[in-house]
Amino acid sequence: MSVSSKSAMQLTRRYKLPAAHVLANPRLSGAENDEIFGKCANENGHGHNYEFEVTITGPVDPKTGQILPTEQFDNIFAETITERYSHKLLNSCGSFDALVPTSENFAEIVYQELAPALERRGSVRLVRVRLTETPRNFFEYGDPR
Amino acid sequence: MVRVTRAIEFSASLRYRAAGLSDAENRELFGLSAEQHGHNYRLEVTVRGEPDPKSGMVMNLVDLKAILQREVMSRFDHKDLNADTEFFKDVPPTPENLASVIHEVVAAALPAGMFDRLRLYQDADHYVDVVDDDGAVA
Repeated sequence: MSVSSKSAMQLTRRYKLPAAHVLANPRLSGAENDEIFGKCANENGHGHNYEFEVTITGPVDPKTGQILPTEQFDNIFAETITERYSHKLLNSCGSFDALVPTSENFAEIVYQELAPALERRGSVRLVRVRLTETPRNFFEYGDPR
Repeated sequence: MVRVTRAIEFSASLRYRAAGLSDAENRELFGLSAEQHGHNYRLEVTVRGEPDPKSGMVMNLVDLKAILQREVMSRFDHKDLNADTEFFKDVPPTPENLASVIHEVVAAALPAGMFDRLRLYQDADHYVDVVDDDGAVA
């Protein structure tokens, strides 16, 4: 049983990751940051129930029937992303020393960090990361389809 | 080109079993998924096309609903995927394999060229897409 050569199979897992951030560019003045980022520039921080949807593709293993066993997928995300960012202030995590920790930048960084960890599993390829910041906005990095 | 999606939900039981493995070997390979359990699946099927000038529709949703009832609901809803269907005698009913079976039967039942994609949710945190490459943008 296989998906025809004209079709692609993708697998997505969703992960929760509560974290804090301050939207401010350290190269700008307080007034300039307030002008650009408004309430998000509160220097004491604020937080979100971030949710990541991680989409991979690859051949389905004929024995397991899976692109990647769920436990391995979860372990890779936990070791690469959750341990690094969950219940942290994103500004202090190292990845955002030269970047404002907007969800645009967070989505791209998670994609860049996850891709090599997933692709060490031979035939797996990371397709996209969707980062939901609140129920009213989400951000995607990677292939749109 | 317009895409139209219809969603259905069905509930089924299953256990993962790989061909030729004993109960103990399946338990070793698949963990708890080797035990009989169940899911409330959600299936989203997307068709694509130009709206018909007369009806204003890409496809009458009554017809799409009937196809999904016949091809998916009647086969899988409130069934055991291993015991009540012929598809999982040699391969485990993972979301990938179930989506592949649904893709085959639904795409064959749709008018030629209309299948765009399907998404099969095992639960809110785990889903599989089968995407027709002809419509791919990447």
